[in-house]
Amino acid sequence: MADLRSEFIGIKSPNPFWLASAPPTDKEYNVRRAFEAGWGGVVWKTLGSEGPPVVNVSGPRYGVIHGADRRVLGINNIELITDRPLEVNLQEIKSVKRDYKDRALIVSLMVPCDEESWKAILKRVEETEADGVELNFGCPHGMAERGMGSAVGQVPEYIEMVTRWVKQYSRMPCIVKLTPNITDIRKPAAAAKRGGADAVSLINTINSITSVNLDEFCPEPMIDGKGTHGGYCGPAVKPIALNMVAEIARSAETAGIPISGIGGVTTWRDAAEFMALGAGNVQVCTAAMTYGFKVVQEMISGLSDYMDQKGFASTAEIVGRAVPKVTDWQYLNLNYVTKAEINQDDCIKCGRCYAACEDTSHQAIAVDEERVYSVKDEECVACNLCVDVCPVDCITMRKLPLGEVDPRTGREVAPYANWTTHPNNPSAQAAE
Amino acid sequence: MTTSQLTPGIAPGRLSPEQYCENFADVAPPLGAHEARVAADRCYFCHDAPCVTACPTSIDIPLFIRQIATGTPDAAAKTILSQNILGGMCARVCPTENLCEGSCVRETAEGKPVEIGLLQRFATDTLMEKGAHPFARAAETGKRVAVVGAGPAGLSAAHRLAMKGHSVTLYDARAKQGGLNEYGIASYKAPGRFAQAEVEWLMQIGGISVVQNWALGRAGDGALEDLLAEYDAVFLGMGLAGVNALRLPGEELATPATEFIAELRQSTDLATLPIGRKVVVIGGGMTAVDAAVQSKLLGAETSTIVYRRSQAEMPASAHEQEHAATSGVRIMTYAAPVAIHKVADGLEVEFARTEMTGAGLRKLDDTFRLKADQVFTAIGQALGPLPEGVTTAGGKIAVDGAGRTSVAKVWAGGDCAVGGDDLTVTAVAEGRDAAEDIHQYLMGA
Repeated sequence: MADLRSEFIGIKSPNPFWLASAPPTDKEYNVRRAFEAGWGGVVWKTLGSEGPPVVNVSGPRYGVIHGADRRVLGINNIELITDRPLEVNLQEIKSVKRDYKDRALIVSLMVPCDEESWKAILKRVEETEADGVELNFGCPHGMAERGMGSAVGQVPEYIEMVTRWVKQYSRMPCIVKLTPNITDIRKPAAAAKRGGADAVSLINTINSITSVNLDEFCPEPMIDGKGTHGGYCGPAVKPIALNMVAEIARSAETAGIPISGIGGVTTWRDAAEFMALGAGNVQVCTAAMTYGFKVVQEMISGLSDYMDQKGFASTAEIVGRAVPKVTDWQYLNLNYVTKAEINQDDCIKCGRCYAACEDTSHQAIAVDEERVYSVKDEECVACNLCVDVCPVDCITMRKLPLGEVDPRTGREVAPYANWTTHPNNPSAQAAE
Repeated sequence: MTTSQLTPGIAPGRLSPEQYCENFADVAPPLGAHEARVAADRCYFCHDAPCVTACPTSIDIPLFIRQIATGTPDAAAKTILSQNILGGMCARVCPTENLCEGSCVRETAEGKPVEIGLLQRFATDTLMEKGAHPFARAAETGKRVAVVGAGPAGLSAAHRLAMKGHSVTLYDARAKQGGLNEYGIASYKAPGRFAQAEVEWLMQIGGISVVQNWALGRAGDGALEDLLAEYDAVFLGMGLAGVNALRLPGEELATPATEFIAELRQSTDLATLPIGRKVVVIGGGMTAVDAAVQSKLLGAETSTIVYRRSQAEMPASAHEQEHAATSGVRIMTYAAPVAIHKVADGLEVEFARTEMTGAGLRKLDDTFRLKADQVFTAIGQALGPLPEGVTTAGGKIAVDGAGRTSVAKVWAGGDCAVGGDDLTVTAVAEGRDAAEDIHQYLMGA
């Protein structure tokens, strides 16, 4: 069993798996169950200002995208921040933290964009002895209409301003949660850094309509004949989240700021991928909402096995390990040549590779009368589509060694060269 | 004293009413909507799918399964029925393990094919339960076609011809239409009068008139030349009306299994059907299995199939053999009947053991006798009397690829014609293809 202990901006937890601020962390009952199940930390569902709490719809709050066999691939939600009184939440937070000192307990906050509101809430949160705060600048639905959530997260100046207030009025570590509903994620991350944030967490949910009811002609989830955009999350958003995490990790302006990775983390492997791209830990929501808190056990055992196999002594050894490998397209090796190869022993002859290649790619797969599929090296551009659509994973890409002739181009495989020096590039610098 | 499984001789009412119900319930219960969705999700939507190639009616299986998966089972049914108008029955009786499912790539991958048969049934049942008929008849062509035999081949031909706008008269020797679907298939494969419901549904196309109890060449009915005088074309699909004889001493003591099965299918109260305590079935095909299994289900204490060759050579599919075995039927192989004897307490069937030699199957001198109260023969059916001028080949009507016989304007298909594997599905395909050829002929002429 590898050592999974994690320290993130000074906050310790027995493992790097936190539950994200969301319905699963809305109250003491759930959070205690989560800690009993083994979660390393919890970001308490977002608290608002003192006073009458927000009101949620009592119709459906979630929409869904299913894969085969109704596997949940993505959920969107139109739930607002906690609709329970501030005092009740604060008391419960204090009670839980007292009993689970080894776990991370972060409090998510969203209050109006004025100094007094932030000053007031921070004082109250500090009294709970929670480990830190997360500023919810991400939720794209409902609260954004009132100038909060992603309405703040989409304006870097506001992010910087509020973060500065939080650092001014509190000694607690401060994580700024970013919205992905923006063109360049590096800008809000840089603003958070300038404001003094200890870390950023991302991504919050993506603006979305999951489906349309074709009888009522209304978006789902449908509330009495009307629908609205909601925040999309779950396995479907993971690729978007990974890219945004990587962009922050490799950008000069934001490099080094701790990142809590969020977005479709469902298995230990997802978590390890986020960490490899620079996340110090991960936050999970949809997987728990789909399968219950017990999923963390697979994440713990899986990450532990992986670390043992790799000989990693701590999770810190994974963090950022893949960041140097993320580059711009222009630096990719244009002389790198691979060819698809079909393992005939494993092939079940479904022909999906053929259909994909013949209809939509480069006509590089041949089929004979016995339904034996084979790659035409002289046509294969190594797009990888056949690998992607093969249901039994029996196609691999073979790397052509230096000097071997690529039957497609008739040219020998040459050493590394990229677009910046390519003769077709009008801006290419002539090789010395 | 009430009758039980142990009552000697041949007796009705060996079981309780509940047992009859249980024994003759749907052998492969239909999929529910959720099960269908899960099963449909397993299809890979193969390119040039091997299941389609394996289907004698070339149903576009990946397409209909995708239509089920996307919540349009009626569209799936239309995809099926446009190729195979008896897709509902075929979903129940096709030996799918030898056809579509046997060639499914997931059979290769996991040994568990997509449940194509059950999915086909889900789609066709969904549509047919609504009573909807998805095809419309073309404008009347004024052409008239006689279809002889209302079994799978005849029904398939009649529907396709009617759909093309021709007027069809469908003749059948029995009172009900459906042929083997109604009289020949084991009742647990199509319970709930499905065969009749399917015929009624099929007839919704319109343009088909039925003549019952009419046999070709029978005195008082009509001859081929009468039909040719009255109609623009004739399709022969009368199946195999005769049964092969054992040609053994005592053969009159045995009953053709087809008669037993037909009687069972037409019975409205299974408790009134007498069955032997000990039943012996001679043969190795689907009919033998159907007779032996149903004997057991009717309450026979023992039911034994005796086949003269090896188990692997039995024409009944491995799936059918397994069904027999799990139903409690004993299968004996390498034994050929030599005589049936009447003894004091019933019958005895005398068998000679056999062995396979380079020169073929050889009977040995080693014989044994099996006690029996009832003996069924299922050693194949044969063509009934044929009109003059119709050429045969290997005991069946000779046809070309499109089903044309040696007589002008006469087509044939199904079990009575050369080709096919005597399966419902091949009969449907032959009827359909002959109808297309007749249509070409009628419209081109």
